[in-house]
Amino acid sequence: MTTTDTRLEQNLGRTAIPAHRSEPLWRRRSRLQRATATVVPLLRRPGFTLALLIVLFALAAAVVPQLLTSFDPYATSPIDKLSAPNLIHWFGTDELGRDLFTRVVYGASLSVQAAFLAVGIALVGGLGLGILSGFAGGRIDSVIMRFVDVLLALPGLLLALAIVTAIGFGTLPVAIAVGVGIIPGFARTTRAEVLRVKTLPYVEAARLGGASWSRTLLRHILPNAWGPVAVLATLDFGAAILATAGLSFLGFGAAPPAAEWGTLIANGRHFLITAPWVSLLPGLFLVAVVFSLNHIARTFEESQR
Amino acid sequence: MTRYLMGRVGQAILVLWGAYSITYFILYLLPGDTLSIMLSASGIEADALSVEDLAKARAYYGLDKGLFEQYFDLLLGALHGDFGQSLSLNRPVAELLVERLPQTLSLAGLAIVLSLLGGIGLAYLAAYVRWKPLKVALARLPSLGFSVPVFWMGLLLIQVFAFGLGWFPATGSRGFESLVLPAVTLAIPSAAVYAQVLQRSFQGVWNQSYITTAFAKGLSRGQVQARHGFKNAALPILTLIGLQVGNTVSGAVLVETIFARSGIGRLAQEAVLRQDIPVVLAIVSVSAAAFVVVNLLVDLLYPWFDPRISHTPKVS
Repeated sequence: MTTTDTRLEQNLGRTAIPAHRSEPLWRRRSRLQRATATVVPLLRRPGFTLALLIVLFALAAAVVPQLLTSFDPYATSPIDKLSAPNLIHWFGTDELGRDLFTRVVYGASLSVQAAFLAVGIALVGGLGLGILSGFAGGRIDSVIMRFVDVLLALPGLLLALAIVTAIGFGTLPVAIAVGVGIIPGFARTTRAEVLRVKTLPYVEAARLGGASWSRTLLRHILPNAWGPVAVLATLDFGAAILATAGLSFLGFGAAPPAAEWGTLIANGRHFLITAPWVSLLPGLFLVAVVFSLNHIARTFEESQR
Repeated sequence: MTRYLMGRVGQAILVLWGAYSITYFILYLLPGDTLSIMLSASGIEADALSVEDLAKARAYYGLDKGLFEQYFDLLLGALHGDFGQSLSLNRPVAELLVERLPQTLSLAGLAIVLSLLGGIGLAYLAAYVRWKPLKVALARLPSLGFSVPVFWMGLLLIQVFAFGLGWFPATGSRGFESLVLPAVTLAIPSAAVYAQVLQRSFQGVWNQSYITTAFAKGLSRGQVQARHGFKNAALPILTLIGLQVGNTVSGAVLVETIFARSGIGRLAQEAVLRQDIPVVLAIVSVSAAAFVVVNLLVDLLYPWFDPRISHTPKVS
């Protein structure tokens, strides 16, 4: 009893302010303060900061590639073809003497766009199906869930291959195919989350207060549920980058000379004996980006708990 | 039990039918002229043909019938094991599948065994080790495992073990030696998933009261982990094996392309490249069937591994 008393006093000690102070005892922290309070401790972790820098570099490469490198991605120079990584050509050069680092930086644009499109499709489709099925319940729920079961039974890459066969090759079809492949997992997770949230006290309170389902959804549930969704979207962003790279590695992506990360790795295959860096270094960059995305997602997940 | 079994089998058949139908409608309904795709797949330019020839070709591929009539014809054929004729290779699809299947089955089989050994081994070690830095490193390893693209891992292994050390052949599909590198490549992502799930599951189990009891009986840490911890922590792995079948099939497409092995995955890649629609449809349905059957088996095996789960209704 005494220990709890002292602890209670210690806790209250900070807020127990002499009565003559006119300031309010407690003030709601501003949005900025709350954001910095969650972000700053994360930035103190070196791993998280490094991961964030790598992802930001990839995003910057997708938007303003010309700022990050002084070479032209298509300028060939047969004299220094297949030269090993050095101070001028950080990743070496490919079979036509093009600077490989520049190719990777410019390739970010197509790969990142494709991943954004794929995750966008998955977000719209998966969130839509998941929310509909979780809220509607009953027959609609079971029909949608059977449909999702069927989609889950189709191996992701093969479903993507079927879609690519039907709508043709290129970055856009590949991105659509990958996005459709992510929908079922997304829908399942969303539905589970909706079913959990539906019975929470604040949702019941909002409903009892007379709010309609759509208002409850937009004003009460979505603001509270975006955390897990953001984590999932980050994870899937990495998965989408991997899947598009896989499909373009198989030869269904952008046509040459345009470069995507997957096609760069695929091109380097032919010189694996003489110049292994041509496919291994772009691949290493891809691994770094995807690993960073996974690391960020996991850190967020842990900090939310 | 019989009732549960029948329900479960019925559900599996329904899922399989759904998978076949969705793939059919993706391949035949999406924008893109099916006839010209099919003609170019068999090496004929659609523009060069006269109207009568086009009509003849349409009838030959069965495209003159209604969409649903075509669908039922194909579905009926597939039920009899007849997946039609490959457009680019001019051979029955079923024959191609039977010819290529053993390659992929041996690859996938070895990969599943390796991934189980690797994944369980890693998680077991991570749970046993007590030195903090090593424990953290082991715990982070799985997430690196599934950040690495399968095809890049394959190239790296070829570079190191085939060209660098010369231990294994780089490509080809002859003998056990050529199977090692592809199987290891294919095993890594699945192993990472198993390791991650098992690590979390060990963390959960470690706080249970039966672990405290086991320690109180005087068992050593190793004994407790082996006899009481592992048995309880390993159950989720069983479900995962079923779910990983899909990833293994997807990975096989990439791995067989890199290592130039003539299996189903390579066939799929070639078929998509030539837009050989019947072959693609058959491969997607066969892999969906593999997924459904393995998951059905896993569900049915569960009570045998864990008697606490039973499908028979309890007597009240």
